Amino acid sequence: MKYDHLFTELSKERLVSMYESMLRVRYFEEKVYFLFLEGVMPGTIHQCTGQEAVGVGVCAALTDDDVIASNHRSHGHSIAKGLSSYRAMAELMAKEDGCCKGKGGSMHFTEKDKGVFPATAVIGESILLATGAGLAFRLKKQPHVAAGFFGDGGSNIGSFHEGVNMGAVWKLPVLYVCENNQYAASTTWREFIPVEHISERAASYNIPGETVDGMDVLAVYEAAKRAVDRARNGDGPTLLEAVTYRYSGHSRADSAAYRPKEEVREWKARDAIKRFAGQLVEKGVCTADEITASDKTIEQEIEDAYHKAQNAPAPDVCVAEEDVL
Amino acid sequence: MTTQTAKRISIAEAIRDALREEMQRDESVFLMGQDVGTTPGGWGGPFTTCKGLVEEFGRERVRNSPISEKAIVGACAGAAMLGMRPVCEIQYSDFIFCCMDELVNIAAKMKSMSAGAYSVPMVFRAPTGASQRGAQHAQSPEGFMMHVPGVKVVCPATPYDAKGLLKSAIRDDAPVMFFEHKLLYGGMGGHRKDAVNPVFDRDIPDGELLVPIGKADVKRPGKDVTLVTLLRTVHMGLTAAERLAAEGIDAEVIDLRSLLPLDRDAILASVAKTGRLVIAEEDTLTLGWGAEVAATIADEAFPSLKKPIKRVATMDVPIPFAPHLEAHVLPNEDKIIAAVKGIM
Repeated sequence: MKYDHLFTELSKERLVSMYESMLRVRYFEEKVYFLFLEGVMPGTIHQCTGQEAVGVGVCAALTDDDVIASNHRSHGHSIAKGLSSYRAMAELMAKEDGCCKGKGGSMHFTEKDKGVFPATAVIGESILLATGAGLAFRLKKQPHVAAGFFGDGGSNIGSFHEGVNMGAVWKLPVLYVCENNQYAASTTWREFIPVEHISERAASYNIPGETVDGMDVLAVYEAAKRAVDRARNGDGPTLLEAVTYRYSGHSRADSAAYRPKEEVREWKARDAIKRFAGQLVEKGVCTADEITASDKTIEQEIEDAYHKAQNAPAPDVCVAEEDVL
Repeated sequence: MTTQTAKRISIAEAIRDALREEMQRDESVFLMGQDVGTTPGGWGGPFTTCKGLVEEFGRERVRNSPISEKAIVGACAGAAMLGMRPVCEIQYSDFIFCCMDELVNIAAKMKSMSAGAYSVPMVFRAPTGASQRGAQHAQSPEGFMMHVPGVKVVCPATPYDAKGLLKSAIRDDAPVMFFEHKLLYGGMGGHRKDAVNPVFDRDIPDGELLVPIGKADVKRPGKDVTLVTLLRTVHMGLTAAERLAAEGIDAEVIDLRSLLPLDRDAILASVAKTGRLVIAEEDTLTLGWGAEVAATIADEAFPSLKKPIKRVATMDVPIPFAPHLEAHVLPNEDKIIAAVKGIM
């Protein structure tokens, strides 16, 4: 593998942290899905089960001072960047301890201390906000970078052109991360994108574009790290396309009947978490027992987050009228 | 209150002074917009409000931007969320519809959605109003933004208010929509016959001048009828009031200055005194801001009304180019006077 060097260059602690971060997102999403089926949670959800490697790989290349701007499918990115599973769970359960005090919900996760902008759920806004964050870093002469996440469908909206073009002409420190999960809601991406790889669209802006295997966390990390280094060096933005797959439907009510069963099976056979666990053992970073221990620890963390959130108070109704202006 | 020693500057100059002073005072203030920072020989924005600023502050802080209203507003919102204080401008307020998403769904909602973790201290400036440029460069979309919880809407009609309100807007932690009337700028050399002479209602001090957002201003006190006005209709109202005075009708002219927050108390106090209300707005009639003013009085001061409330507004049509057609659909002094006389 071209990134073999990472198994020795990155500390065991960091590699395990990336593994556990993916597990955290997976167990979180699975618990949330179960709770929705049980009718315990209000509202809608957009889940990222299957796409964990993208958020985790990109965020592993960032620090707390760097900023991410996520989209409607915000659970994975936000948790990967440092939002706690408890604050995330409490938000979905409409509790006062939620990361938005219950005013955001599934599509607007945030955690300021960790550089998590409130996720935005109108397609393309995350591209513009990341551009603006990059501009702020430039004007403040800070060495930080911003990453904006959007989907394959998001590369078709006007904000993509306006935002990436602005980032490019001003050489802003931004990663435009296109998470190609194959479907824009129920529409296959190939129906509306005439290029073979979405990263080819970078050519219009004279910035580097790269397509990586989004089911491989280290491949994503390595590409993101290169882009982050370029951005920090003042060399401007990168369009990074991570090719991945969402195991779930688009949102709560979507059974994803538009997808061939064989396709789902093929993608699940390439599961990023199983793959990384195998690599960690194979490369001698972890023992199989340590992998099992991580699994148990994170699964328990999510259970604990749920039970704590279940018992947390709901926000007072006056919260609805606060923080407007 | 005009005196020989009063500093007489146009609204364009007042805005430029406010921008310059705030940029000198606070490093986090920067400008972004189309044609704001071309040099040498650039426009300084379509109405010259930024002229000279790029020479003084450089292209990093006076950011000439592509024709990308969505990116201008969206990027300014992102920068504001990290503590910058952007002042962005679009060339005509009609173009606001290109960036409604970024204003309404980002700028206005970030603070509430994040339960106060993030705020968006940005100013969005837009030249507004009809000026013989045809239907797509003529609208008064201030009322659209008044319908958006999470922003402030400010509309100055005099140089004093323009300077003081813009400085307040830049220091405000909420996103402020700042609408400037094209015919009130007074900054294009006065070559337009239809340009309105700004009212130099107060001396403009050099340096610190802050006018509070959300406070209306009584531009002319009176006891017989209340005229509620904004932007260009402030000046129509003042002219109409002078003509009415010659006929023994004493009109009070209230300049709202801000639509959001709306100074309901000022309107209520005036109507409590006069018992008659005429609202003059350049927005189109149906659901223009005047409807909210009328509803406020109907809700809270119905017993003090001696006669029905009257609205003088732009007709509910796309604003035509031909000067006589445009004049036909817009409000003017004669229409205001007729409305007043109809309820005396």
